[in-house]
Amino acid sequence: MVVGEQKPLEEILEMIEPYDRLILAGCKGCVAVCAAGGEREVRFLASAIKTARKAQGREIEIREVTLERQCDPEYVEQIRPFVGQYQAILSLACGVGVQFMAEHYRQIPALPGLNTTFVGGAERQGVWVERCQCCGQCVLHLTGGICPITRCSKSLLNGPCGGSSNGRCEIDPEVPCGWQLILDRLKELGQLERYLEIIPPKDWSLSRDGGPRKVQREDLMR
Amino acid sequence: MRLECPPNVKVIRVPCSGRVESFHLLKAFESGVDGVFVAGCLEGECHFLIGNLQAKRRVNYVKGVLKAIGINPERLQMYNLSAAMGSRFAEICWEMTEKVKRLGPNPVKTGRGKEV
Ligand code: SF4
Repeated sequence: MVVGEQKPLEEILEMIEPYDRLILAGCKGCVAVCAAGGEREVRFLASAIKTARKAQGREIEIREVTLERQCDPEYVEQIRPFVGQYQAILSLACGVGVQFMAEHYRQIPALPGLNTTFVGGAERQGVWVERCQCCGQCVLHLTGGICPITRCSKSLLNGPCGGSSNGRCEIDPEVPCGWQLILDRLKELGQLERYLEIIPPKDWSLSRDGGPRKVQREDLMR
Repeated sequence: MRLECPPNVKVIRVPCSGRVESFHLLKAFESGVDGVFVAGCLEGECHFLIGNLQAKRRVNYVKGVLKAIGINPERLQMYNLSAAMGSRFAEICWEMTEKVKRLGPNPVKTGRGKEV
């Protein structure tokens, strides 16, 4: 899932300072699962904003909505009937949702309530960790199912750097060395010979270096 | 035991302090309540094992939220006491009432701006 984290309340309050009528839009997708922008978070944030404003003697009207997804036009369109009555949209979706809102509703600003942090999963309840950097050219079959791009702090492709010690990465003793994890796993799988194969340099134009990416499926297009 | 409690304290019964969500606490302040305390069981004695520890975390979280929106986090407290500690309960009610009186009304009701 796309993992996000709510922006500090102070920042959100400053962002919405000019407005008195606001749509607070959550998303039932990834950000609901990582407890950053689902229905519950919308409810909570709306209450926090209203409380802050009441305390300042300047009330605010908030329309709470949580869309199925904010990354699909059909759901983004669902707020069209009432969007004209509001001055801004504060979106609790990931950066994609905020931008889709902005593209669909040109008259009022779409504001981000979250910092979109990474693509990852839940390590345990309440803890989310990064697992994928969307490099566009997966090598997990070569590396024992552990991503060298994400888990190695330098995104090395062919074994550890000189900073790996006791299984830890040199950037922080709390961070396991990605390449140690890969080696241990290859050993576990009886695939240590994989380690000798040189992984050629990746084509980074398929990653963020190639400009905004696009996936097209002719068979699905209308 | 006939213990005197301040009349301004309204008791909301929940099956376990772990049932109290952050939203409930915040909502109380939004609706103008001057102070809230969560009375959980003694630590280590939760019937559901960790309900009171979760309540404590939520109270701390909401304290942070209150601070960020300009409401004195002292208005929210967590206490741990057992069902057999009736006199302690009454004492806490007085304590909280005194504390909140000192702080004055919830700024939500007066619109007087940030208090922290
Ligand atoms: S110590 Fe390991 S994880 Fe850290 S940069 Fe070097 S190889 Fe990558």
